[in-house]
Amino acid sequence: MFGPIISKAITTRANKTGSWRVDSKPKFLQKDCIACKMCVLICPEACVTGEGKNTYICDYEFCKGCGNCAAICPKKDIIMVKEETQ
Amino acid sequence: MTAETSKHLFGSGHTACAGCGQAIAARLVVDVTGKNTIIANNTGCLEVFSTKYPESAWGVPWIHSLFENAAAVASGVEAALKYLGTKDKITVISQAGDGGTADIGLQALSGMWERGHDILSVCYDNEAYMNTGIQRSGLTPFDTNTSTTPIGSQSAGNPRPKKPMPEIAVAHGLVYVATASVGYPRDIENKVKKAVSIKGPKYIQIHVPCPLGWRHDPQITYDIGKLAVETGLYPLIEYEYGKLTGVRKLSKIKPVEEYLKFQGRFKHILSSPEQIKQIQAIADSNIERYGLKVESVSAPQDKEAGPL
Repeated sequence: MFGPIISKAITTRANKTGSWRVDSKPKFLQKDCIACKMCVLICPEACVTGEGKNTYICDYEFCKGCGNCAAICPKKDIIMVKEETQ
Repeated sequence: MTAETSKHLFGSGHTACAGCGQAIAARLVVDVTGKNTIIANNTGCLEVFSTKYPESAWGVPWIHSLFENAAAVASGVEAALKYLGTKDKITVISQAGDGGTADIGLQALSGMWERGHDILSVCYDNEAYMNTGIQRSGLTPFDTNTSTTPIGSQSAGNPRPKKPMPEIAVAHGLVYVATASVGYPRDIENKVKKAVSIKGPKYIQIHVPCPLGWRHDPQITYDIGKLAVETGLYPLIEYEYGKLTGVRKLSKIKPVEEYLKFQGRFKHILSSPEQIKQIQAIADSNIERYGLKVESVSAPQDKEAGPL
């Protein structure tokens, strides 16, 4: 193949990487949230969204369940739960 | 692409491992520089996991050519923008992993710095060639167990210390040189903001924990990054025009075991006080050299902040 190979912007969203989770997923309790946005900043998948206190949520279609949002949350408002439970 | 996700210029669905530190840092950098950014990327983990053909995780123009020449490509892009008269509106980034920066890409990078291009070079330092199977690089720390410096009766891992890349950058006369860590995301944002506000060649080296290569739990990527700074093994420093202008001071310096014990790549030295002593000596020399310790509790200068 000759010439440049070009891809469209942010087309990786076709990969639903949520299926990579093995045993746990984050649960956003939305109780003590102070909207510090640390979970948004640390998420390697860029899948945590929200605006204002107690609104943050992650997109389970892409979340790989690494658990860094739960580790960084200063209010312990994000916990890791077993995959089957809600 | 929905409205919610469009806020990030590094999108979901890339194929990095769970808990990848490089994915965190790459998104932070591009989100700060904004949509008027052009990125040239060396070969490496970041290039492979973010652009699995025919997809791309990037929301900005992004180009990959070879392993060693992102800096040369970025130089050409910057020169073209200057000719078009749009350089002031557009940020050019040349980014690479530690191998692409300190070993394979160093000649192109050195040339770019010496010619004084207005480009921000970012090094995502995960301390080995993770993409090809954890081979030792110039930025691999002392005593690390990698596939090319395996442990055994005659070896305790990598025999050489880290290459002093920030000092090499300072020696080129760069306008801004800084180290940052995924353990301090706000600090990365501030340093990138500061770097792009200054005209001239800049260099930022970001410590990015790698759960696969360092063999730690993906959940503690953030904590590992923070511990490297808190033990003095990865000092967060800033040079402006060749002068050391910023140091993240530490009120409580932790022993290096705190950092080493979570990582499989250092497992072999935990039972050897002699080796730990040598690593502690590296941390101590950093602490003394950069003055990381808060001198007086009553008047801390750059006080350690909360959960940054």
